[in-house]
Amino acid sequence: MTAMPKFTRRSFLVSSAALGGGLALGLRLPPFGPAVVRAADGSPEITVWVAIRPDNTTLIRAVRAEMGQGTITGLAQLIAEELDCDWSKVEIEYPTPGQSVARKRAWGEFSTGGSRGVRQSNEYVRKGGAAARMMLVQAAANEWKVPASECTASASVITHKPSGRKTTYGKVAEAAARLEQPKDVPLKDPKTWKIAGKPLKRLDTAGKVNGTMMYGIDVKLPGMLNAAVKDCPVFGGKVKSFDAARVSGMRGVKKVVQVGDSAVAVVADTWWQAKTALEQLPVVWDEGENAKVSSASIAEILKAGLDAEQAFVGNQAGGDVKAALAGAAKRIEAVYAYPFQNHACMEPMNATVRYTPDKCELWGPTQNGEGAFAQVLEASGLAADKVDVHNVMLGGGFGRRGTYPDDYVRQAVLIAKQMPGTPVKMIWSREEDMAHGRYHPVMQCKLVGGLDASGNLAALHMRLSGQSILAEVRPEVVQAQKGRDPLSFQGVFESGEHSFSYTVPNLLIDHAMRNTHVPPGFWRGVNINQNAVFIECFMDELAEAAGQDALEFRRKLMAKHPRNLGVLNAVAERIGWSKPAPSGVYRGLAHLHCFDSFVAAACEISVKDGNKVKVHRIVAATDPGYAVNPAQIERQVAGSFVYGLSALFFQECTVKDGRIEQTNFHQYNSMRIAQMPKVETILMPTGGTVWGGIGEPTICVAAPAVLNAFYRATGKRIRSVPLKNHGIELV
Amino acid sequence: MRLTINGKSHEVDVDPTTPLLWVIREQVGLTGTKYGCGVAQCGACTVHMNGLPVRSCSIPVSAASGAKITTIEGLASGKVLHKVQKAWIDHDVPQCGYCQSGMIMAVAALLRTNPKPSDADIDAAITNICRCGTFQQVREAIHAAAKAA
Repeated sequence: MTAMPKFTRRSFLVSSAALGGGLALGLRLPPFGPAVVRAADGSPEITVWVAIRPDNTTLIRAVRAEMGQGTITGLAQLIAEELDCDWSKVEIEYPTPGQSVARKRAWGEFSTGGSRGVRQSNEYVRKGGAAARMMLVQAAANEWKVPASECTASASVITHKPSGRKTTYGKVAEAAARLEQPKDVPLKDPKTWKIAGKPLKRLDTAGKVNGTMMYGIDVKLPGMLNAAVKDCPVFGGKVKSFDAARVSGMRGVKKVVQVGDSAVAVVADTWWQAKTALEQLPVVWDEGENAKVSSASIAEILKAGLDAEQAFVGNQAGGDVKAALAGAAKRIEAVYAYPFQNHACMEPMNATVRYTPDKCELWGPTQNGEGAFAQVLEASGLAADKVDVHNVMLGGGFGRRGTYPDDYVRQAVLIAKQMPGTPVKMIWSREEDMAHGRYHPVMQCKLVGGLDASGNLAALHMRLSGQSILAEVRPEVVQAQKGRDPLSFQGVFESGEHSFSYTVPNLLIDHAMRNTHVPPGFWRGVNINQNAVFIECFMDELAEAAGQDALEFRRKLMAKHPRNLGVLNAVAERIGWSKPAPSGVYRGLAHLHCFDSFVAAACEISVKDGNKVKVHRIVAATDPGYAVNPAQIERQVAGSFVYGLSALFFQECTVKDGRIEQTNFHQYNSMRIAQMPKVETILMPTGGTVWGGIGEPTICVAAPAVLNAFYRATGKRIRSVPLKNHGIELV
Repeated sequence: MRLTINGKSHEVDVDPTTPLLWVIREQVGLTGTKYGCGVAQCGACTVHMNGLPVRSCSIPVSAASGAKITTIEGLASGKVLHKVQKAWIDHDVPQCGYCQSGMIMAVAALLRTNPKPSDADIDAAITNICRCGTFQQVREAIHAAAKAA
């Protein structure tokens, strides 16, 4: 939809009294009626979320990014539910950030991260669907000169019950588009849902099985050239010089350009030519002081933070935790560590830009259309009405394609700006993608627990030491919190969507912020990955020290956390926790509250030769409040374990001479089908006023459950990730 | 150099060391075959060469000249989907979908030589990376496609 006119619907308020008898939401006023906003194909827009074609097809608008998580299908189900349209005739249309900005952000938030797609927009998109239904019904009622209350809608057909007359959304859409949008829009009771809440198929599958789905890397524009780019391998380093003449005569090469302070790019007819030339381009880097940094030097800094005086408090209860620990009958202490990890989306970073002094457009995979828009605006130097971003299907996202400073979007604009009028597709090689990620933050954690004489947990101090994502990416949030990064405490925070799910009489959870030169990013699950390992493995350590069953020990601390208890009990029951495991099979469990969902996992593993781990089965329970598509939720849960267990067993980005050492999947492995456990998903939505997320929460419970099972199997407590560093394999 | 892709002959003028993947994508213009790693690790670039699955990122185009190449775009017979593609739709397998062209090509090749693969056969033959983690549905869909045969 590139041709949407940039004007807003004029407002025509018509009182119901004027129409006589509480009839109307609005009124047809030709030829003076308000202008109709149209979709790209000319179909009338009813509300910003819905346009209807004359053939009765429903065009549902989506601005959140689809990266596999199914959010577009879920949001469309919610809109279609309230709209009462024919689900078999739904198509998706993607408004651009430029169109949204021109209409005072008519579509709201574009950013797609933090498992927010459905949970944060469900209400306004449902209202957009419901309002459209009311307007379509009203338009039919106006035509028939009957009260709208006598008309019903179902599957895009409107029926006047007393007379039996019928019409379709397609036939009344033009008239409906001229009506005033109602203010009071009641929503359906989720218990009555017929489209939402059902395990429907995704809307975007057909093109993914025949090669026609367009990803950013597939974008093709007339006259387009291709660029390969290399940024200084040491983060923060700069380009000193490069010898373009050495490669400019190579076949296909059109131009060698510097990109900002820190990168160079070769532009050629094809990407393969550009990449080949780039590899032969002599570049001298000014690597700076960061070239002295290594994984070991970072670990030392974090280690010092474990006992530092100053730390930001994320959760505190009871009295003086240190005094309580000193007075405990039994004191248990452990130090855990979690590494840098790359997202390694299957589709490497890329973007295609066409720049002229009058217009700069970008086609590319982004989790935040508006964030990319702002970056194109800044990098191009053009005005907002001369810039736009066209989103495409994302070949994975996982947080990598959010808005980060000096990232691929900016690079692509800076390259295209040096070739005005020529579209340039910039693609990162896998090696570049590994070298310039926005990495899962590095973190260490010291946990000290105190048990009373009866084996109850009397005091707990959880000290995090490591990197803050927000300090780098959203410094204004950290400033507003007086230096604290609240996100560091995901899953163990004092309140809110990531609150701690235990009650401990004396509690202190704090964070010694130790930032590094390695740029951090939001990595599927973000900080719940390490926090769940820290707290849920340590709970098992405490239970053992108390001589109690791991489940019973937890339950005693969870009386005030019924929904966490609910999912934990559900997985314990399904895995058969109260009965002995089969011979040679060992169990572990874990739970957390995060992204407003309550999640738990219980697993069964066996271990051969002391180091070959087979994960046979994971039972996972989720209480997200509401479940919009149970089939897609099952897929997200199972998929989250592939991402999470790959991280647990294989993945670490190490730093040497200031740069990331791993270059490709041979050093940064990812699970294959042979290693996939059987995943059983228990979906137990309990309603309420808060909708929980789905894409991320369960990722964090697999790793601690497996680590706890590994301890039962071998007697070895592993306290650092990944397990390959301990000689442990996943088979 | 002449290439036969999906039954059509293409004359391409490229450096003979260029990987088959990039010739398919850039010269021939078929972008369903994906670049994931460039070092034959992930399998996103899997195509059939004379009926066998190969990782096209690591084969120089010169080695493909004269061979019969099939890409994801040529798997269906006209409008009739291949049984693997059909099973993929029935089981709603893809998430982001980026790796699925390669996954489907690898599975189609497996079923040609082993029409009723066991789970162990699948584990041994299908080594593609999928970061979304669709493996549970991939396995179901492979068995469904095998039954449909």
